[in-house]
Amino acid sequence: MAIEATETRPLGKAIKRKEDPRLVRGQGRYLDDIVLPGMLYMALARSPYAHARIKEIRLDQAYQVPGVKAILTGADLEKMNLSWMPTLAGDRQMVLATGKVLFQYQEVAAVVAESRAAAEDAVQLIEIDYEPLAPVVDPYAALKADAPLLREDRDQKDNHIFHWEVGDRKATDDALASSPVVVKEFIRMPRVHPAPVEPCGCIADYQKATGKLTWYVTSQAPHAHRTVLALVSGLPEHMIHVISPDIGGGFGNKVPVYPGYVCSVVMSLQLGRPVKWVETRTENIATTNFARDYHMTAEIGATQEGIVTALKVATIADHGAFDAAADPSKFPAGLFSIVTGSYDFPVAFAEVDGVYTNKAPGGVAYRCSFRVTEASYLIERVMNTLALKLNLDPAEIRRRNFIRSEQFPYQSPLGWTYDSGNYDATLNEALKLVDYEQLRKQQAERRAGGELVGIGISTFTEIVGAGPSNTFDILGIKMFDSCEIRIHPTGKAIARLGTRHQGQGHETTFAQVIADELGMTAADVLIEEGDTDTAPYGLGTYASRSTPTAGGAAALAARRIRQKAIQIAAHLLEVSPDDVEWNGEKFAAKGLESRAVGMSEVALAAYTNLPEGMEPGLEATYYYDPPNLTFPNGAYVAMVAIDRGTGEVKVERFVAVDDCGTVINPMVVDGQVHGGLTEGFGIAFMQEIAYDEDGNNLAPNFMEYLVPTAVEAPHWETGRTVTPSPHHPIGAKGVGESPNVGSPAAFVNAVVDALSPYGVTNVEIPLFPWKVWNVLKELGLTQ
Amino acid sequence: MFPSAFEYYAPKTLDEVYGLLAQYGDEAKILAGGQSLLPMMKLRLAAPSVLIDIGSLGQLSSATETAEGLSMGALMRHKTIETSHWPHYPLLRETAPWIADPLVRNRGTIGGSLAHADPAADWGAALLALGASVQIESRDRIRHMALEEFFVDLYTTALEPQEVLTRIVIPVPATAATFARYLKLERKVGDFAVVGVAITVSLAIDGTVAQAGIGMAAMSGVPFAAHQTESLLVGRQLTPALIKEVSESASQEGDPESDRRGSAEYKRSMARVFVERGLSQILQQWESTQSA
Ligand SMILES: Cc1cc2nc3c(=O)[nH]c(=O)nc-3n(C[C@H](O)[C@H](O)[C@H](O)COP(=O)(O)OP(=O)(O)OC[C@H]3O[C@@H](n4cnc5c(N)ncnc54)[C@H](O)[C@@H]3O)c2cc1C
Repeated sequence: MAIEATETRPLGKAIKRKEDPRLVRGQGRYLDDIVLPGMLYMALARSPYAHARIKEIRLDQAYQVPGVKAILTGADLEKMNLSWMPTLAGDRQMVLATGKVLFQYQEVAAVVAESRAAAEDAVQLIEIDYEPLAPVVDPYAALKADAPLLREDRDQKDNHIFHWEVGDRKATDDALASSPVVVKEFIRMPRVHPAPVEPCGCIADYQKATGKLTWYVTSQAPHAHRTVLALVSGLPEHMIHVISPDIGGGFGNKVPVYPGYVCSVVMSLQLGRPVKWVETRTENIATTNFARDYHMTAEIGATQEGIVTALKVATIADHGAFDAAADPSKFPAGLFSIVTGSYDFPVAFAEVDGVYTNKAPGGVAYRCSFRVTEASYLIERVMNTLALKLNLDPAEIRRRNFIRSEQFPYQSPLGWTYDSGNYDATLNEALKLVDYEQLRKQQAERRAGGELVGIGISTFTEIVGAGPSNTFDILGIKMFDSCEIRIHPTGKAIARLGTRHQGQGHETTFAQVIADELGMTAADVLIEEGDTDTAPYGLGTYASRSTPTAGGAAALAARRIRQKAIQIAAHLLEVSPDDVEWNGEKFAAKGLESRAVGMSEVALAAYTNLPEGMEPGLEATYYYDPPNLTFPNGAYVAMVAIDRGTGEVKVERFVAVDDCGTVINPMVVDGQVHGGLTEGFGIAFMQEIAYDEDGNNLAPNFMEYLVPTAVEAPHWETGRTVTPSPHHPIGAKGVGESPNVGSPAAFVNAVVDALSPYGVTNVEIPLFPWKVWNVLKELGLTQ
Repeated sequence: MFPSAFEYYAPKTLDEVYGLLAQYGDEAKILAGGQSLLPMMKLRLAAPSVLIDIGSLGQLSSATETAEGLSMGALMRHKTIETSHWPHYPLLRETAPWIADPLVRNRGTIGGSLAHADPAADWGAALLALGASVQIESRDRIRHMALEEFFVDLYTTALEPQEVLTRIVIPVPATAATFARYLKLERKVGDFAVVGVAITVSLAIDGTVAQAGIGMAAMSGVPFAAHQTESLLVGRQLTPALIKEVSESASQEGDPESDRRGSAEYKRSMARVFVERGLSQILQQWESTQSA
């Protein structure tokens, strides 16, 4: 049952989401709801080809359309030195194409007009002559010596972007060579797209009179975007005001800076009028940051008893035309080195090679803390193969290899220090909830009756909360986060954070954290995020980082307030500060429990009745630089049945037990888990951004790129274990991404389990019915 | 949505519609529920400069049932059909909920679906199974034709530019013991059929098949009637053995294409599986009415 926001001691309670009354009534204020006086509209002309040289662009027809104000091309931007922009990954990306286009739907020209319709009409009338070039679609083909060179702008004359490796190659090779059992699997995680319901967009509003640029933008990281804009445009940073209004889902898609953003800013600067740009669905899916496209090979060495001895991973990462990954700067493959997962590998080695192809640029971390979904999917899939090879139950192979709770803080062979976990407890809880023994019995009976039934397990470890400044930065900016709290005279508070929620529930959960520290209720604390003129600097919301970073800042800022409040309370209670005790709700005089004052009395006094010499007001700001990341984990169990006639897979049970440390709001956590599981379901069964051999995007809309709805989504059963993070101020870890990270492997392991009696160890996602049917057909299992 | 510019008319009578069609010819498009036309205009795959919204022609929104059959106005919405009850025509109610999603069903019309002639449309398959015909009107004439002749090719019908599809007529089935199923493989709710199979069977008192209709969606360049398979059923007792034979035959019909929804071989197999499943369910249902 949900609890009202007026509840006292709110931490850990299922407080109703404060943002919901606004959002579910359609009274949110999204980017496209904003209409400014004199606003102009922008639309982009895009390339129909994946790889082509631009011979000529003719604009005269387009300029004839009534209402057209300006048309911008790459040549115009070149004169301003803006035809290329830096990506967060340290590569660069074309804003508007010059010379050649490198992917289908690439931005070639921008039209600004009095109406969106006029802008679209003019786009259709821009004439562009292309000379098609041979496209490179397959990342392996891109690496061949005779492959066409895609990025002529680089000094390096091939399609290889980076090589990144971690771990001990030699020790790993040696361990594998001397291991009695070795399994090897090629696992592909296809290109998918975060596909938020609201596409990306912005309004650039430059006022020539004041010299100030207000930039409304669908941004998960408004402060970082302001800095990037200041660096790229040369505008002074304090004259840029970034407002990220309500956001209709981000999932990583709204972290990068896109060409349309830059064009609308340039146009507003030139025209002195607000310029709005909002993507169509196709523009969102076909051009903004995709995720995955990782092609991974893993080998696991083990003893006959199934104790793992080594892990070796080689990966080809397809980044498309530009490396537009939004990873922390020192991590070209994100946190992929979490690939040893929940298991105590003595040695490991992982390498990733980034490749350019004629596809849309990326890839972003789609509800995943920087390539963690890829890593988790890989290790959880290949551990499954090891279990099959040794004829061990998939739960048992995991138990034998888990990092044991007494090993924390655990030093992983690829360099991480896991903060805490109790993996056995989490797995046991999941097995109990699903009644694993009973499930296996049912499976055996149904198998005997000819049914194809499978059970899959995934026991993943996440790595979230980037992060500690000694390791993490984006373009040099350290990845701390912040919170500023102001308590007003009547004891009500506004708190602002450097993060920017997009459905995560910050308006409720951060209010709970602060209220709990200060003896207030969540209703008393208004959370505001997304306005760079008012909120303290922070790196934004993605990678499950908000609670580990800004959540810590919120608790610590509140404690700072308490330090001052205790002085004021002592004054009110007429005792010495040493004799004042915080009892969790009020300040009480030691030994005199009935003499106590709460935050509302203290707040009023802070403005009306201060101790001699004390500075008025009751505010605090905290910039929290976490000492480590947090490592949430989970145990997921899926049960599936395959229709032998159609190849459809029905998920009959799905139990998800998550351990995200201290739970701030169980209902919000469940909501996050349900959403992430539904996305994981889509990834496993429904989604791929596929391209044909000419580089045409085959899924550029929701008719072909399938997003699961409540109808397709299985029934989710959730549970929890609680292993607090030892370093986080309230012991919380992140959770938003765990379900997306952990679930794909559970689904696929279940399908493999159903087919394993027939020798199957691997199937490739997405598991469209026809693909499963093809496997059944080969095995002679079709009805 | 950002379609090309167009003019919009909402005539009140068919005569006005004919007048507008005569005036604007090829530039004009009839707008019914808009659930196929507007998505195409949004993507600028269609750019008619005139839209003639026939939504106000009330007489095309209702159905009349007589001893001869059921006559449905072309403007009847999918949703209305889904919630109507015509016991002699169970296939209509079986099919309607499979079309798209509730939002689309609230707007889309049966006539619009047929006029659009998508080979994967559900009404095409169902109405072919029902042996339906269409009534087409223009200023000069009224014509009737079998639905099978109406579907000419991919997205192409026998409608001429000056004509309006006004009614769909379904003949009354041979016996009162009429059973139906619509089976559809879709990748998600609201998806067009990977394969759809519509089955209607009328049984004589002794359980022999008096009349059978099998229509298929996405199994050919047009909605498709599986006549060969239908004829195998008629006059014979519905048994598991017959069902097996018939479903094998169904997989040989049509001419499906390999695409992102599956290979031709897969689709043929789905036709077989669905005919087998549909007929088996019908047999079971009939047996249970017998024992009751
Ligand atoms: C998201 C989505 C999912 C869908 N899924 C399915 C599905 O699963 N199965 C399915 O079968 N369909 C599906 N459809 C299509 C839907 O059924 C449409 O409603 C139907 O195809 C068109 O009917 P309409 O009344 O909307 O026609 P409109 O879109 O208004 O018109 C379609 C065409 O027919 C012409 N036309 C319409 N009425 C007449 C008339 N009386 N005389 C002459 N010409 C006419 C129009 O000029 C136009 O060319 C889907 C549509 C959408 C948007």
